[in-house]
Amino acid sequence: MKILVPVKRVIDYNVKARVKADNSNVDLTNVKMAMNPFCEIAVEEAVRLKEKGTASEIIVVSIGDKACQEQLRTALALGADRAIQIDTDQNLGSLQVAKLLQKVVEEESPELVILGKQSIDSDNNQTAQMLGALTGMPQGTFASEVNMAEGKVEVTREVDGGLQTVALNLPAIVSTDLRLNEPRYASLPNIMKAKRKPLEVKPAADLGVELTSKINLIKVEEPSQRDGGVMVESVQELVEKLKNEAKVIS
Amino acid sequence: MNILLVAEHDNAELKVDTLKAASAAHKIGGELHILVAGAGCGQVAEQAQKVSGATKVLVADAPAFEHGLAENLAELINTVAGDYSHILAPATTTGKNYMPRLAALLDVEQISDIISVESSDTFKRPIYAGNAIATVQSEYAKKVITVRSAAFDKVELDGTAELVTLDFTNDAGISSFVKQELTESERPELTAASVVISGGRGMQNGENFKLLEGIADKLGAAIGASRAAVDAGFVPNDMQVGQTGKIVAPDLYIAVGISGAIQHLAGMKDSKVIVAINKDPEAPIFQVADYGLEADLFEVLPELEGAL
Repeated sequence: MKILVPVKRVIDYNVKARVKADNSNVDLTNVKMAMNPFCEIAVEEAVRLKEKGTASEIIVVSIGDKACQEQLRTALALGADRAIQIDTDQNLGSLQVAKLLQKVVEEESPELVILGKQSIDSDNNQTAQMLGALTGMPQGTFASEVNMAEGKVEVTREVDGGLQTVALNLPAIVSTDLRLNEPRYASLPNIMKAKRKPLEVKPAADLGVELTSKINLIKVEEPSQRDGGVMVESVQELVEKLKNEAKVIS
Repeated sequence: MNILLVAEHDNAELKVDTLKAASAAHKIGGELHILVAGAGCGQVAEQAQKVSGATKVLVADAPAFEHGLAENLAELINTVAGDYSHILAPATTTGKNYMPRLAALLDVEQISDIISVESSDTFKRPIYAGNAIATVQSEYAKKVITVRSAAFDKVELDGTAELVTLDFTNDAGISSFVKQELTESERPELTAASVVISGGRGMQNGENFKLLEGIADKLGAAIGASRAAVDAGFVPNDMQVGQTGKIVAPDLYIAVGISGAIQHLAGMKDSKVIVAINKDPEAPIFQVADYGLEADLFEVLPELEGAL
């Protein structure tokens, strides 16, 4: 079984994003970048399926300029077999990304596509579902467990009230939530080996997809700050203030 | 301008998220229709008829819609989408599941998780885990939007919408429901509770979350957790408050043993009153708290329970 794992290069999750002084966007100059944490979980899940003998080949794909090859190499070091970079320096929305991925799906015919549920920059949480619509594949979003069954995949999903399990016909799409697995670290020998694994570059412009987003970014601001409050000395004082000052308990 | 709001419900009850998303719809302006898709969901449709300002309730009642499978819901909404300039749903795990699928069927980019309506085509939404707020404008004739419930007040139930039955019952046949395990709780739901008490890594283990229960019972509160507590395996993920979990805005939020990572703050900073209990005086949570208590939680939690 072939698994396709799209991954995204984003700001490192330990770095606090700062808004540019002209409010045009977030300032990413000289900021540490990394693979989106939910994408790491997706790569890990694919690698585990390969280790179990369920998957035969893992292809990772990333859309962006040359810099995203760094994340593709990371994925190769973690256990992916080959990588595709869809080369573009345009700022894409989730729909454009999903359309480019649709082209990759058409060419590679994977039985499973595993994606992160959202990227920690745009926080859209859309690409997996959109790819589902475009390819006609069913989707198991926000997965905390993935089990292959006869011609199907069973996905346990993190939903508001608890967990929901769905069965999907293959080929299918899975988007990962936090508890699906704990990603491994790449070992040094594997990092070295990854440098020799195949990485193909395809210009996005050759794929026949309209790349211009029709959602315009008007401005980006710092969130409104809450004014700090007061420190209280004791539980008694706290309860007194909640009752008489804030009036939120009686 | 006609707006379609897809209702959040469990086939028995209309969820408050729908009432909050309805107020976002009213800010956009135009006629409001509500779609109730489910199985045996007649009661929900009746409740939806009362949503203030709604003029029509569309009901699709069929087995295919019982469990909110995205493949089926997206197809259903697509069949009625032509009549609307805006299609809205609450940004719950259900809405987040089917809405982008619908958006792609309509060849429209979705605007996720809006926290304010600036005009009928311009909206604000948090990005970078809430570290920045983006104002975005859609050029599409049709806007597909999910609404962060915590950012909007709920509308009243004083409406008298007309009921319209849809005859679309198609099951896409590519996915099926297997089971669900919903967390049984006597307490209110996190996103609907007026008081929330959450524990973080400082709770040290899952067992210690019991210390929050007595207080929650006295306050009628829901119990939440930080991502650190979920990652550490103390409690299940459905208790997570934060950018990647649930977004809450109760009247009173009590953060216990939570340092206040931006990820967590993004999920609760719109609460009316925030209380922080932490033994680290440098914890960032104190910067957003209205009342801070620097103390060992294992000492003060029993005391707090006694004082209430």
